[in-house]
Amino acid sequence: MNPIHLAMTEAARADLQNQPMLDVKNLDVYYGESHILRNVDLSVARGKMICLIGRNGVGKTTLLKSVMGLLQPRAGEIIFDGQPISQLPTHRRARLGISYVPQGREIIPRLTVRENLLLGLESLPPQTRKRAALEEVYDLFPVLKSMPDRMGGDLSGGQQQQLAIARAILSKPKLLVLDEPTEGIQPSIILEIEAAVRRIIEATGISVLLVEQHLHFVRQADWYYAMQKGGIVASGPTGQLSQSVIQEFLAV
Amino acid sequence: MILQGIFDVLFNGLSIGSVLLIAALGLAIVFGLMGVINLAHGELMMLGAYTTFVVQNALKSLGEPLFGAYIFVALIAAFGVAAAVGLLLERQVIRYLYGRPLETLLATWGVSLILRQFVRSVSGSMALSIALFSLLFWGGQWLLQRRPDWEQLRGRALAILLPLSGAIATLTGVVLNSNKAIAKPWFSARNIDVTAPAWLRGGVSFGSFQFPTARLFIIVLTALCLLGTYWFLQKSAWGLRIRAVTQNRDMSACLGIPTDRVDALTFAIGSGLAGVAGCAVTLLGSVGPNLGTGYIVDAFMVVVVGGVGKLVGSVVAAIAIGTLTYLLGSGSVPLWMTQLQLSEALKPLFDFFTFFSTTSMAKVMVFVVIITFLQIKPAGLFPQKGRTVET
Repeated sequence: MNPIHLAMTEAARADLQNQPMLDVKNLDVYYGESHILRNVDLSVARGKMICLIGRNGVGKTTLLKSVMGLLQPRAGEIIFDGQPISQLPTHRRARLGISYVPQGREIIPRLTVRENLLLGLESLPPQTRKRAALEEVYDLFPVLKSMPDRMGGDLSGGQQQQLAIARAILSKPKLLVLDEPTEGIQPSIILEIEAAVRRIIEATGISVLLVEQHLHFVRQADWYYAMQKGGIVASGPTGQLSQSVIQEFLAV
Repeated sequence: MILQGIFDVLFNGLSIGSVLLIAALGLAIVFGLMGVINLAHGELMMLGAYTTFVVQNALKSLGEPLFGAYIFVALIAAFGVAAAVGLLLERQVIRYLYGRPLETLLATWGVSLILRQFVRSVSGSMALSIALFSLLFWGGQWLLQRRPDWEQLRGRALAILLPLSGAIATLTGVVLNSNKAIAKPWFSARNIDVTAPAWLRGGVSFGSFQFPTARLFIIVLTALCLLGTYWFLQKSAWGLRIRAVTQNRDMSACLGIPTDRVDALTFAIGSGLAGVAGCAVTLLGSVGPNLGTGYIVDAFMVVVVGGVGKLVGSVVAAIAIGTLTYLLGSGSVPLWMTQLQLSEALKPLFDFFTFFSTTSMAKVMVFVVIITFLQIKPAGLFPQKGRTVET
């Protein structure tokens, strides 16, 4: 490779570094004929934690599902890591490096904890699927280590949530998408989950897109977007989250 | 005497049960796990049986000691042929009908009719015209796909390609039909006879019992297929993917599992097992194009009684139904009653069992028992709350 070529790829790489990890542009999503998302713009900067807030039913989960490809947008663009992904099937998006922890956890009920975790390795290239990686997440969530052969469906809500996050990070994603990870979970476990997510971010530097109602967790984020009636109506650094914004957009 | 009778019932029950089970095993995957009602399952068995017939004829020249091993070649070939046809069926038809059971039922019934007529009338000329059509139609599409403006061209290209390749293929077929040798159907509508290898024809004596070797072979084959399926689903990486996709399709996709490939593979394996079953039943007698109709009802019955989605349920149901069928049909109960001198004391009961001790009446009774059973336990022996293929 000649030096000019190398310089160009360096420049291209630097350019890529400045691009956001996820860029959603003018997204319009419908359920049948009802217009759910209206002209949504959102971007997740590299290595940052972005929090999406808003009351129930404003389209937060719809937005995340569209990013994962579970819903097809009628218009707009989704760019992940410099690559348009709107046309890709869901499993290809996962393989590019998006991990999703959905609302309600969606643990596969009749697979054991270990099998559920092994599924986390599925989006890695076959030669890099190492079972040893399970040990690392066991360190992060020790409770899972004690019950590798329990059925996923028999776990408590908090345990399932930890399993879902563990499963998501096993694929070494570039972007972690979390949908209300603290919903319906007792306070002591919420703190544990929060701490684990913070440790993951510090250790790996991944970007996070979070939907959350729990104020303490929201404050961990770098930037917030607030949604209302299917559109983004406010955004800014979470440090500047005013009491009135909290009153308006968080169900507290 | 009674003991011998009980032993006889148990062996024959197991034997009938194993035939039921091997026929139902593929369906337990396709219907039980994926939730696809495949009415062409019996015809996939039939294809397996015809594959066995072809393999047998092809290997006849080998001479006796080697020829005896043809059944193993036939088993593999039958699995391969049925799996390939199943794969084609899934990719071209069923994939578009997931979550629409009524349409699936009608479409697969149509496919079963096509397959049945296909083996009746397939001849050299017909095979050649089908090959020619595929070559022209799909080959043409493949060539055109390389053009950059394929997306705009697509509709018009198909509108021209389809009638054109159809016409050329039909014409070729008509021309070839003037040659009697090529136009002669390969199998015709008559039944075909597969000669069991010499080592499977006799029986194995055990005390005063005589077990037909072919029946023992089917029992062993069923057990091996069952173990193989269980191992594949529970221990292999693809088995894990199959179980994940059948329980939660969307989440599996979000984890990076290619769900459409998993569907195709699952269906192909279920179909391949039907092919193996078809190969096995050639050992029991002559087979014809309508072989499938005889087994499809029994196969669905086994899966439903066992509890949809549970392999162990199908095993228990198959053996139970097999034993019950033989117990009633063979007239064992009236015989025992006579031996125990109960036939006079319990006259109505004796008459009842005598009345039902023919094969067809036993079947009626078995159905009555099953219908009653499903009234009490609609979800079968081993019910399972679960999701099947949705969306």
